[in-house]
This record gives sequence, C-alpha cells and structure tokens, in this order.
Amino acid sequence: MTRFNARGAMVIYRFELARTWRTLFESIASPVLTTSLYFLVFGSAIGGSIQTIGGVPYAAFIVPGLLMLTILAESVANASIGIYLPRFTGTVYEVLSAPVGVPEMLLGYVGAAATKSLILAAIILATARLFVDYSILHPLLAAGFIVMIAVTFSLLGFIIGCWANGFEKLTVVPMLVITPLSFLGGTFYSIAMLPKPWRSVTLANPIVYLVNGLRWTFYGKADVPFAASAALTFGFLVICVTVIAWIFKTGWRLRS
Amino acid sequence: MHSARVAKPILDIQGLTKTYPGGLVALQPTDLVIRKGEIFALLGPNGAGKTTLIGLVCGLVRPSGGAVHAFGLDMATDWRAARARIGLVPQELSVDMFEQVGRAVAYSRELFGLAPDPAHIERLLRSLALWDKRGERIQALSGGMKRRVLIAKALAHEPELLFLDEPTAGVDVELRRDMWQLISGLRGQGVTIILTTHYIEEAEEMADRIGVIDQGELKLVEDKRALMDRLGRTEARIALTAPLAAVPASLSAFPLTLAEEGRVLCFRGAGDGGGEEGIAALVKRLVGAGIDFTGLEVRQSSLEDIFVDLIGRRPAEEPA
Repeated sequence: MTRFNARGAMVIYRFELARTWRTLFESIASPVLTTSLYFLVFGSAIGGSIQTIGGVPYAAFIVPGLLMLTILAESVANASIGIYLPRFTGTVYEVLSAPVGVPEMLLGYVGAAATKSLILAAIILATARLFVDYSILHPLLAAGFIVMIAVTFSLLGFIIGCWANGFEKLTVVPMLVITPLSFLGGTFYSIAMLPKPWRSVTLANPIVYLVNGLRWTFYGKADVPFAASAALTFGFLVICVTVIAWIFKTGWRLRS
Repeated sequence: MHSARVAKPILDIQGLTKTYPGGLVALQPTDLVIRKGEIFALLGPNGAGKTTLIGLVCGLVRPSGGAVHAFGLDMATDWRAARARIGLVPQELSVDMFEQVGRAVAYSRELFGLAPDPAHIERLLRSLALWDKRGERIQALSGGMKRRVLIAKALAHEPELLFLDEPTAGVDVELRRDMWQLISGLRGQGVTIILTTHYIEEAEEMADRIGVIDQGELKLVEDKRALMDRLGRTEARIALTAPLAAVPASLSAFPLTLAEEGRVLCFRGAGDGGGEEGIAALVKRLVGAGIDFTGLEVRQSSLEDIFVDLIGRRPAEEPA
C-alpha cells in the first residue's frame, strides 16, 4: 500500500456515520422541528398575507431557502465536531499515525458529514411536503447543487474543527457568520422586495447566491443567474480544499 | 553466496531533530539504530524528549531536520507503506469512550489498511484478557483494561515494530508485572519493541538495550548488560569484630576504606565482573590474616545509580 488506503478511508466514513446513528433521534428531531416551526410561522401565519412572490406561492417560495439553512448549518456542525472531537480527546493520534493521508481523511470525515447533511435534506424535503405542495423543475440540477453545497460546507466545517481550540469556537462561525448571512440571504424574501441601497449590498452576501441557485433549480426563476451561483459555490469549494491541503502540508493544529 | 549481506536495521534514525516554533529544542540531532527483534528502552526523566522522539517517528510530530527509515523505507516519502507496519500505544488513555471494545479494535485494523479478520481480533482480545469485555463500552473499563484496549488497537494490524510510550505509567505494581509479561510475549512473537519509561526498574527488567535521554539529548545507547558491567559497581560492607586504626598493608591491593571509627571495612569495586570475585578474594585474605568479622553485606549498584551518575539526578525528578 503506497498510494491510497481505501479501506482506511471507508472505515473512518463508517465510524463517523455510526456516531450519527448513536444520536439518531437528536440528529434528526432538531432540524425537522426547526424547519416545521419556520413553515408554521412564515409559511402559514405570515405567508397568508404575502400570497405569491414572482408567481410562486410564498410557502413554496421559502422551501429552497429553508433547505439551504439546514444543509449549511448541519454540514458545518457535523464536519467540525467530527475532527474536533478526536483532537479534543486525543484519539486523533491513531489517524495521524496510520497510513492515512489528506484524501483518506477528507473522504472519511468530510464525506460522512456531507452524507449526513444529504440524508437530512431528504427528510426536510419530505417534511415540507406536509405543509406545502411544491414541485422541483430541475431535479437533477437541484440534487447536484445540494451535493456540492453539502460537500463545500462540510469542508468548511473540517477547517473550523481544525482551527477551534475550544468548544465555544466551534459555534462562533456558525452563530456569527452563517446564521446571520442565511437570514439576510433571501430565504424569506426576494431581493426585489428590498429598498434600493440594500438590494446592491445584499448581492455581496454569498448566501444569496446559494439560496437563489437552489430556488432556480426548484422554480426556474431567481434573483441571480444560476451560473453565478454554481460558479461561486465551486470557487468556495476550491478555496476550502486549498486551505485543507495547506493544513496537512504544514500540520497546522493537527501535528505539533 | 551472499555471505557479506548484513541485515538492515528495522529502524534507522539519522540526525533527527525537533525545534518548536517558540525556540524550544525538544530533540537535539539524534542518531539511533534499532535492531530487528530487540526491546529497546528509552529512559529519561519527564520532559526529556522521549515522547517527542516517538511522535517524530510515528507521524505525530513534524521533524525540523533529519531522516527516518523504517524497514528500509524512507518515512518522508514511503510513509504509507512504513506506517502500515508500525503500531503505537500512546501514553495518554486516548480512546473513544463510547465505543465498544471489539469494534474499536476492529476499526484500528481497517484504518491501517488491512481486511477485517475476526479470528485475529479474537486471538488478540483473548491474549489481553479482553475477550469477555468485547461488547462493553470502553468507558466502563478500569484504567488498566483501557490501556490493554490501546495495546490491542496498536496490535490489530499485526505491526512488526511497536512503540509503547510509558506503558506502565500510573499502573499499579501488579498490573505492571502483567504488562512486562505481555511485552516479553510480544517479543517472543517477533515484534520489535521500543518503549519509553522513567522507571529504571522497567528498563532493567525488560530491555535488551537502553538509551538514556535527557533534555532532548540522547546521552548514550548501550547494551543493558554492558552498561551495567561498565558503569555498575559492587559494594561490600564488612562489620569487624575489633576496630582497625588503618587498612592493613596486606590488604592494600583491594579498594578499601574504613568507616564508623574503624568498625566497618568498605569495599567498592568496579562492576566489570571483578567485583564479586574481588570480595571473595578479600574474604579469604581476611580469614588468612586473622581479621575477624561479624557480618558481610554485598550490594550491586542498580541502573538507577548509573542513571544518577550520568545525568546528575534521579529520573523521576523534574529537570531543574
């Protein structure tokens, strides 16, 4: 074995997913409950007075955005805890001393986090069905885009899990960056509804492109072109991979 | 035909050094060759650089310089192939507390790239008295059992070279004996073992060769027997019936001094095999000269005394 330790990658992947099964109820119940609350408050209560945005019923309009919120939050949370926990408990020694390199670790840790996000995405979509009748115009593009987002933000989570040197830091980036930007990212409204200066300011928020990209795959219309969404996401994915390659090259936070 | 062929060392460390970004030199440039099948004990006080040296070889610490070859493979380039044949038991009880014993050990085997082998895992768990605990969560085990789980994990991929970092730190005396038996058993199976310890007794009991490390410097590497012969001493205290004013001229060939106002004759001989013979010769001479004595106490100096001579303090003490 001198090139790629496929068995090692697979066993990390299986072990990380098994960790999810151990906490299956919490893993699924919390995102499903949160999403249901959003549907109740925004879809049913407020949505009654908004009717449609760009021809899409309001309750259906918020589905891609809510799905995006869950995928972003879960991907970052799962991937960051996945690598932070072994660092914290010291069990990371075993992976570091094993014939396991960057590709194996990414496939194992990031792959498992992304997989969990995708499972949750499917559950959220099914839950949404209970509240609203929606359809997906480009199902293949939607699936591909969701996978790319899940992988990209799991990579980001991996970086956060390497960077964090305390449990508080694990939640800093999600709480201070991802959640605010998600709420301002056009999940609950169209950019066209904003007053003039804020319309341009909002375009600097990367999450606008993610939410609108997914919304386009659902309904064929969005505030920004799908190509821009896809390109931006891919660019961020490349940045994350580059940072992780640097982490392994320098041993930053993993090897002393 | 290949009469001149010399066996390659299992581990060859050349000029290996580690300086941390803050400027702390954890390991000065170090050369060390480990022979196949031996037990090598790295002996030194806390903070001497033992764990750093192990971490450098196993991939936990990034070297500042030097080269490591294991099984003839360069660890800088062929690290996957080399690491697949190396096992590491860390000093800390770092193990996933919520995992079951059997699953944790099976995980390690696959992590190192080997196909699952339930028969091997069973043999391993039985040999470590863990078979009955295979379904239990690791958090439910005692400290000694947890350490056995770590050993089982390190042996799951059948390594040829095993690092044990302070295998008996914090383990009570009885378990320490068990651990020693276990380690000799591994050597019997052909595993080459490098262990670190700050217990002299452990190095003395287990090792074929000993390296003494202090403040990041490998002070010496020597065969345990040779080390004890070269640096060890034999001492005897002979309680005399009647006090002497001076060492008699007839005994001037012996390394003798008088103590306790001439009532005790002290013999202090080199440890290179001549010590005990010297005492035997002295006793015959005393009898021949009519010098009567009431007691004889002989003591071999231990590795501990040797250690104190070498680094100026006992190994369990913190560096000044």
